[in-house]
Formats: sequence, C-alpha cells, structure tokens
Amino acid sequence: MDTVSWLGYTLLGVYHGINPGMGWLFAVALGMQEKRRSAVIGALFPMALGHAISIAVVVFIIALAQRQLPEDVLRIACAVILFGFGVYKFFSARHPRWVGMRVNFKDLTIWSFLMASAHGAGLMLAPLLLRTPAAEASGHMHHAHASMAGDAAMLLSAVGVHTLSFLLVTGIVAVIVYEVVGLALLRKAWFNMDLLWSIALMIAGVVILFWKH
Amino acid sequence: MLQQWKPDPTFYPSPKMAIEAPIEDVAYVAAPRDDDKPDAMCVVDLNSASDTYGQIVNKLELGVRDEIHHFGWNACSAALCPYAPHPYIERRYLVVPALRGSSIYILDVKEDPKAPKLIKTLDANEVESRSGYTRPHTVHCGPEGIYVSALASAGSEEGPGGIFLMDHYNFNILGQWEVERGSQSLSYDFWWHLGYDVAVTSEWGYPAMIENGVSLEDLGERKFGHKIHIWDIRHRKNIQTLDLGDDYQMILELRPAHDPTKAHGFVNAVLNMNDLSSSIWTWYKDGNDWGIQKIIDIPAQAPENPDDLPPALKDIGMIPPLVTDHILSLDDRFLYVSCWGTGEMLQYDVSDPFNPKHTGTLEIGGITKSHPHPAAGPVSGGPQMVELSRDGKRLYFTNSLYVAWDNQFYPDGANGWMVKADVNVEDGGLELDPNFFVDFGESRAHQIRLQGGDSSSDTFCYP
Repeated sequence: MDTVSWLGYTLLGVYHGINPGMGWLFAVALGMQEKRRSAVIGALFPMALGHAISIAVVVFIIALAQRQLPEDVLRIACAVILFGFGVYKFFSARHPRWVGMRVNFKDLTIWSFLMASAHGAGLMLAPLLLRTPAAEASGHMHHAHASMAGDAAMLLSAVGVHTLSFLLVTGIVAVIVYEVVGLALLRKAWFNMDLLWSIALMIAGVVILFWKH
Repeated sequence: MLQQWKPDPTFYPSPKMAIEAPIEDVAYVAAPRDDDKPDAMCVVDLNSASDTYGQIVNKLELGVRDEIHHFGWNACSAALCPYAPHPYIERRYLVVPALRGSSIYILDVKEDPKAPKLIKTLDANEVESRSGYTRPHTVHCGPEGIYVSALASAGSEEGPGGIFLMDHYNFNILGQWEVERGSQSLSYDFWWHLGYDVAVTSEWGYPAMIENGVSLEDLGERKFGHKIHIWDIRHRKNIQTLDLGDDYQMILELRPAHDPTKAHGFVNAVLNMNDLSSSIWTWYKDGNDWGIQKIIDIPAQAPENPDDLPPALKDIGMIPPLVTDHILSLDDRFLYVSCWGTGEMLQYDVSDPFNPKHTGTLEIGGITKSHPHPAAGPVSGGPQMVELSRDGKRLYFTNSLYVAWDNQFYPDGANGWMVKADVNVEDGGLELDPNFFVDFGESRAHQIRLQGGDSSSDTFCYP
C-alpha cells in the first residue's frame, strides 16, 4: 500500500468515528446511565471490534471478487452498489431497530457490527481497495501462495489502520462529550451525518470508476 | 421522503433540557361526543399574547361515536436514544386512536399547527386484522416505532389485550409486540424505563365491562384489573407481575420517572372495594426484582345531601374520589392527582417516591358539589385528564373520563371544559387561572397534548 491508501483508510476511520450513530453517542449514554467514565471507555472496545468485523467482511469479499472478476466488471459493479446504496440512504431515513441499553461486551459488538453494516461503512472503503489491483498490491504476480498471504496481510492491516483511527476518534469524542461538552451538543451541533454519509457513498461510487493507481 | 439536516428542535436528550423548552402555543384536545355528531380534535390557542387566547380556534371532525380518547406523537425525544438514533424524523403527526370505534387517525400539524389535517385513516378492520387487537388506547413514540396499547383481542373482545407496533414513517401496523405475555390478559396503559430495558403495563377491563358504563356486577365480582406487569423490552417478555390485591380495582395510568437512571414510577388504583378510596402506588426496582408499595390513600367523602347522588352511588351513599389520571413533572418532583369524583386536583411532592408530601389542592366540579370556576360559575364533571407544561408551571386539565361513565356519574350533564392552573414550582402549591376557561359546549373534553411535547409525551435516554 502506498501513502495515499494508508491516509485514505485512516481518514475514513476518522469519518466513521465522528458519526454519533457508529458508537460514541451510545458510549456516552452508557457512561451517563452508570454515572462513571469507565463505562464510556469500556464500551469503546467492543464497538471497535464490531466495526472491524463489519469492515473486514466487506473488504475480504471485494478482495475475493478481485481475483475472480475482470477488473472493469468489478469496478462497475461496485460503483452501481455504492451509488445505489447512497441514493437509497439519501431518500430513506430507515434505521436499525435495536432496542436495549443494558448491554454487555457481546451485545455491543453485535450492535456495532449491525450499525456499521447497515450504514455501508465497509463499502465506503471500496474505492481504496480497487484503486490498487490485487496482484500489484501484493507485488507477487507469479507466486500464488505468497500473493494470497501478502494480500491477506495487506487487507488486515487496512482494516487494522481504519479501526484504530475509528477507535481513537470515537473514543476522544465520547470522552470530550461526556466530560466537557455535555448533551447540549446534540441539539446545537448535531447535523444529519447520515445524509452526508449517503452523499459520501454516492461520491465513492463515482470515484471508484475512475480512480486508479 | 427527503430528510432533515438538523434534529427536530422539539427533541431533547434529557428531561432537564426539556424543562427549558419554549412555552407552548397550542393545545390539542380530544373531544368525543354523546350524540350522532362526529368527535373532533380541537385546537386551543395557548399563546397569551393572542386575541384568541384560551379559545377553541379549530376543530377537525373525525368519526361518529368513535370515542377518541388518548393520543400521541409519531416521534419524540426517544428518537435521540443512542442505540437507534434517528433524530431527523419530525414530530409532526398526531396518532389518534378511537377507543370505541377502533380506527386510528393520523393528523399532520406541520404546515399550520392550528389546522391539523387528516392524512390517513386506518379503519377498524385494518387495525384489528393487522394487530390482532381491538379498542386501541395509549400511544407512545418509542425508539423503534410507535407503540399502541389496546384493551382486548380482536376476535373475542376479551383477553388478552396488549400492545402493537406501528411504523413511524408510513404508519403501517407491524403487529403484536409481545412474545411471551405470561399471565397478562387485561390491558390498559403502558410506559417504560428505557434505561433499564423494562416496560410496564397496567389493567382496566374488557370492552363489555366498560362500554355501557362501569359494569357494577363485574366490579362486585372484582373482575377489573388489579395488577401491573413488568416486561423485558428486549425480549418482549413478561418477567414479573405485581398484584395490588383484588381489593383494588382498575389500575390505570403509569407515570415512570422521566430521569432514565431512576427506576421507579407511580400508578393509580381507582377503587378500593372496602372503602371506595383511591390510591397512588410506587413501583420500584428492588435488586433484580421489582416491587410495589402504596404511598397515598385518598378517602371517599360524604355528600352534603345523599339524595343528590347519581343512581350508581345512591346505595353506597358516598362520593368516591375516582382518581383516574395523574401526571409527573419532568423534574420528577411533583405529582398531580385528578380526583374526578370529589372534584379536586391534588399536588404532591414525590421527590422521595416513598414519602409523598401533600403540597396543594384546588377544587372544581365534583359529584353533588359542582365547585365553581371563577370565569364560568358552577361546572359539571371534575378534574380528569391532566397535562403539565414541560417547565412544570402550567397545569391544564379537562373534565371527561369516558362518555358512558360521564353519564353514569354526572347524569345531569357533562359539558366539556378545559382549565389551567398556575403552579408554584419552588415551594409547591397551585391555583386556578381565573381567566382561563375553555368551553367545549356539548362536546366532552378528554386528553390534552401540548405542541412540541408535554410531561407525558416524551421519553428520554439521557439523564
């Protein structure tokens, strides 16, 4: 991976991290319900895990598809899915219907997985993945086994970097809101991240068609 | 539908922040009738600077003999709950069930809050076939949709009554809510402690027990509800039943603490069969279980002249207080208790939910009493549905309970009215606003909802 890719995965992690629907808001609420900061911090790790699993599933499916499908076909398919999902999210305010505040590690992991998946968080990484052809990314065109291992390592580090920046940002926002800013933020500064998100998906759908290494 | 860029400004994360909300300009009041004219949703002007302050400025006519009763918003502060946030939904539709007719009306109040528009009607057939229930009653906006309780099963018109869900975008009925109802069969009100993943339901009676007036026979046999049920809201499962004992008949309005970190609430028992008193009970979380304890007894009163008593009470010779509604302020401090029979509105400080302090009383109406209102003279009926502004300073209430029951307990007539009391939120105490009296004429006046939210419309997920 080159610097652009690293930066891309990191910045998308930042973007996912500041979205209240992805985690920090729930972490803040759990802290307030329990009246302790450790509840805020404790919620962040299962959230990061669920987010990482959701991202990894999409990333590995795309990587597999990269091996099976001609590049242009995959590029167009991803563009259609991304753009279509963005359009759907733009017009539909549907949201996951989870109910429950008394959550343990497993619940929070599943919740985060559902939220990330329903928002198409992993899909948003597709332009970065397709930007570098699979073979070229690993650099071992002629050695299938080495190439697969190299691919897997590359994909895992992409998921890892993304998740790390997600965890860091969502954690910082959660603690700042819990300790300093308070809930007034929700009324004043909260704007429709989901709407912005749907536009981001549409942009990603267009970018994926043209953005090659 | 195109989404909003900002959260609905009427949503507040916490009850503390909702207390700071602007003063309400408009009230919506359900006005059923006892004749062949249609029920109406009435709009009352509450803007004190307006020329039409304290008057009905609009009526939207709905069905005939429908008994529109309780109603609620399509969305409220629960949309900010962290596990399924959707704050860009608008609080713009009133969901209005007909307690007798079983249809549900959806009114849009966005364009002109003083002129609600009927945008959709779910007829009784649709409500019954899709939900499995009949006689829809309470409406609450929840994190995953609109919850509606109903008195009975659609086929039998008897138990079990229960709760069904409606989609909060298109108002389709999604079906029965309960997965494991246990012994629960009677139904009435419901609300929840979202911070504890717990819902609470209460018990009234089946349609045949109430629709021709209170069935005194069923009452004598103690067939009305005397329990509340605690539910695991995640698994939609009845986890505990709290029995107040069958001395207590009709357990109605549930008022959980608004602060989501508190795990207690208040419920009224209408009649104690031994002495006709009403009572207020506190339910509370007790370790892993829930408990309930009586905190207030309100005794029956002797009439000045027993001959004036309505036939239903002649043999008994007493006036029961008939506590049929109450409301808890958003700071969880004051509880207002409507004594529909004795014509009193009582205020208690319930900061300590087990040791209430009586802090205020006002008198208006009442069986055989007809305490006057300064602006209207003697009035019929008594304090019944009560609503409180979010800042806790303005208490509004109406005088009708249920058309057939109005006729039973107030046979000389129960013309509808709505009044306002001003509250001293520092020290307690309340007094009638001598200039505020809304005359509904021959219509009855039941539940009040305040524009933007009130003290029984929203649930908060943050303390």
